[in-house]
Amino acid sequence: MNNDNFKDTRRARGLGIAFLVFAALMLILFLPGTTGKQQTTFAFDLELSRALPIGNLTFSTQGMLYLLAVLAVFLGAWQLAKGFKQADLILGVVVTLFVLAFLTWAARDRSVNMTGMLQATLLRAVPITLAALSGVMCERCAVINIGIEGMMLIGAFTSALVGSIGKSMWVGLIAALLAGGLMGALLAVLAIRYKVNQIIAGTAINILATGLTSYFSSRYLQVIHELNRPPTFSPLPLPVLSRIPILGPVLFTNTVPVYLMLILVLVIHVVLFYTRWGLRTRAVGEHPKAADTLGVDVIKTRYINVILGGMIAGLGGAYLVLSSVARFDENMTAGRGFIGLAAMIFGKWNPIGSLGASLIFGFADSLRTNLAILRVPIPSQFLLMAPYLVTMIVLAGVVGRAIAPAADGEPYEKQ
Amino acid sequence: MPPVLELRGITKRFPGVLANDRIDLTLEEGQVLALLGENGAGKSTLMNILYGLYKPDEGEIFVRGKKADIHGPGDAIALGIGMVHQHFMLVPVLTVTENVMLGMEPIKQKLFLDREAAARRIRTISEQYGLDVDPYALVGDLPVGIQQRVEIIKLLYRQADILILDEPTAVLTPQEVLGLFQVIRSLLAKGKSIIFITHKLKEVLEISDNIVVLRGGRVAGTALPQKSNERSLASLMVGREVILTVPKEEAQPKEPVLEVENLRVKGEGAHIAVHDISFDVRAGEIVGVAGVQGNGQTELVESLTGLRPAQSGVVRLLGKDVTHASPRVITEAGAAHVPEDRQRDGLVLSYPVADNLILNTYYLPPIAQKMLMQEPAIQQNAERLVAEYDVRTPSVLTPVGSLSGGNQQKVIVARELSRMGQLVVAAQPTRGLDVGSIEYIHSQLVRKRDAGAAVLLVSAELDEILSLADRIIVMFEGRIMDIVPIEKATREDLGLLMAGVHPDEHSADAAAVKEAA
Repeated sequence: MNNDNFKDTRRARGLGIAFLVFAALMLILFLPGTTGKQQTTFAFDLELSRALPIGNLTFSTQGMLYLLAVLAVFLGAWQLAKGFKQADLILGVVVTLFVLAFLTWAARDRSVNMTGMLQATLLRAVPITLAALSGVMCERCAVINIGIEGMMLIGAFTSALVGSIGKSMWVGLIAALLAGGLMGALLAVLAIRYKVNQIIAGTAINILATGLTSYFSSRYLQVIHELNRPPTFSPLPLPVLSRIPILGPVLFTNTVPVYLMLILVLVIHVVLFYTRWGLRTRAVGEHPKAADTLGVDVIKTRYINVILGGMIAGLGGAYLVLSSVARFDENMTAGRGFIGLAAMIFGKWNPIGSLGASLIFGFADSLRTNLAILRVPIPSQFLLMAPYLVTMIVLAGVVGRAIAPAADGEPYEKQ
Repeated sequence: MPPVLELRGITKRFPGVLANDRIDLTLEEGQVLALLGENGAGKSTLMNILYGLYKPDEGEIFVRGKKADIHGPGDAIALGIGMVHQHFMLVPVLTVTENVMLGMEPIKQKLFLDREAAARRIRTISEQYGLDVDPYALVGDLPVGIQQRVEIIKLLYRQADILILDEPTAVLTPQEVLGLFQVIRSLLAKGKSIIFITHKLKEVLEISDNIVVLRGGRVAGTALPQKSNERSLASLMVGREVILTVPKEEAQPKEPVLEVENLRVKGEGAHIAVHDISFDVRAGEIVGVAGVQGNGQTELVESLTGLRPAQSGVVRLLGKDVTHASPRVITEAGAAHVPEDRQRDGLVLSYPVADNLILNTYYLPPIAQKMLMQEPAIQQNAERLVAEYDVRTPSVLTPVGSLSGGNQQKVIVARELSRMGQLVVAAQPTRGLDVGSIEYIHSQLVRKRDAGAAVLLVSAELDEILSLADRIIVMFEGRIMDIVPIEKATREDLGLLMAGVHPDEHSADAAAVKEAA
């Protein structure tokens, strides 16, 4: 008990010092390149948006930097003197202040559109979140799914092909769900029935998916263009809500797959923690034998969850095709399945945590494009790296060690 | 009225083993049937059949006079049969309520878990049977004794009236055992019937109405507790006369082998587990360390054997300072260690017996010559030790993990005692073992003592300490309460010391109370 307290105080002090370091970094890194006359503009209105316009925010670059640093110093001092109850949350705030300072500096004498950046953040987070949700479904019942990347690829391919043939994005979407479910079933049979090592089974699925889709794509889709021209979902602004400034364009003017993702996050959260199925799934993932002795069907629970997980991965693939680029390209998932797995772990195997982690990755991605536009004098490779580095440090150091379901990856032997 | 439960001619074969051979068994309502037998006698197999986890090859089960088909735990639960497994079937990251309701969850609004309704039921059950527990506590945070309560509540929640308790006292402290017995009595008073599986003879005599003894998969006999004693039950269980007291001469202690001065050791995290203790162990004597588990014994042993750093103080082995020495230096200086957790610290379970027998001599000739292991020498060494220490194994190449607990421990004992050690540190050397193995390991420790070694025996079983030790150290909260020579040791005094009370203080208090009255 004492020991815990001791650790807590040390951690609390460490966080306080970290806040002060962030404040110092804001001034050391960003102040030298600026002059007192420079101004930064944050824009909030988007062209072609139904949201009510709220205008731009223009301010002195140095003034803003000082303001942000002072805020961080204040939070750090408070943390050291009295301590916040939710120190992790405050750390999030301080990191946000730091990112704002960075943007203030990067956009000196220029303008950066905050709403646009948030919008891009969400859109780029969609496939990552769906991959993470797929992982949550599988791993909560103790089946490791390394094959999400492959399942997404198959989903993307199927949605492009079937969507083009059926001349309907809905048909493409449903086909992608089925194809993903099929891949989930394949993983389930390998992992549950034949007890194949789950890392190997997932890797096999990835290789199979890459091979199949590349072959058929180069053989047919890239040659016969009618097979690779699916209709796409267009943004569906929700009445009234879409008129709210900032939130309207970011959250309420989206395509069907984006809404589906947001709904899925909530539904899976509720199912996992507030329903019979969820309780049984978690028990199966933690201690399958205990569940079995109480009459819970471990095998059936795992099959259903893994197949559903596959369907969600398929949806993630379909999003890439039907909501953004409108065609299938080889390896178009580009590692999002794996990033999704990372998001799942950072999100501690929770749907909402997974969404949060995915949004951080999405933000990193959108920041990179924005900075390129702002012509920030930093090599692009470093820009690419920096947000991920911050993410890793913050999440590894602060969120703490994430604990996987206890039986994760272990096949169930019924003696 | 038909008996609550009747098994007739249950037979179960596993590849190469006849685990249950035509077993008959009858449980009357409101009674405790003790199922007694050594490890591997077929007790757990039989109960797993009853609970639907295994399918019997032959035989019939009757519940309240009706023939029952049990294909899975669900069927058993429906028939009112519940089982507390030896290794608890609890999910540590879930709450008590979630663990209890799993598989029979109350639902509200047709969809959502009704945790409150389940918690209310748990509270009712708690009050009814004296099973106090917080329904919203995380199971992983609860001590073992309370976790066992949760397991029993799980059965009562399912309205089980035939309760199978598989080795329920194996993980409990003496005080917790008393608590469990109270619970059992209140269950009986409410008309429940209980099958109590154990290999502890005292408990059987105390709690049961009827005793069935299994041996080698068969019913070796039945007995009534009034007409039995430990001796008769033990011989029924083992199949021959068993010596419950260890024959030994009076100790002839000589020079000190292990000297400990003001040793201070940290436990997990920052708390001090061993507080500045001093004692010595002489050649030719067994010093027992008694105490309720978790009073610093584990950390003391780990520190003496080099597995945990000492904060301050001095440890000398044959006059040599080994306070900060590595395990290998300590081993080479003449210490043998039988660790508390034999599967984790004593053996590499997936290695063959032969390799486990050379875990601390593998780099020495004749086992190794320069860089290379000498297979013939390893083989010879193994054959010799397996014969000498009576390890029952199909071959020396069998993975040690597939041996029974008793034989695993014999492998460790063979490895440690066969070396020319001057000091033996044995921590819980007979925990969870059958009578035959216990007898054997006790005699080996005495033999080692008589050969002139110093033996430090740490045990949570007071009986073991009383029958083996020449001097007894009693530990409480990391401090030595007292060091008692065996001639002056009584069970009552040791019990008080283990609880942190000095017997003279206690009698003084008692006298004071009398006077006041």
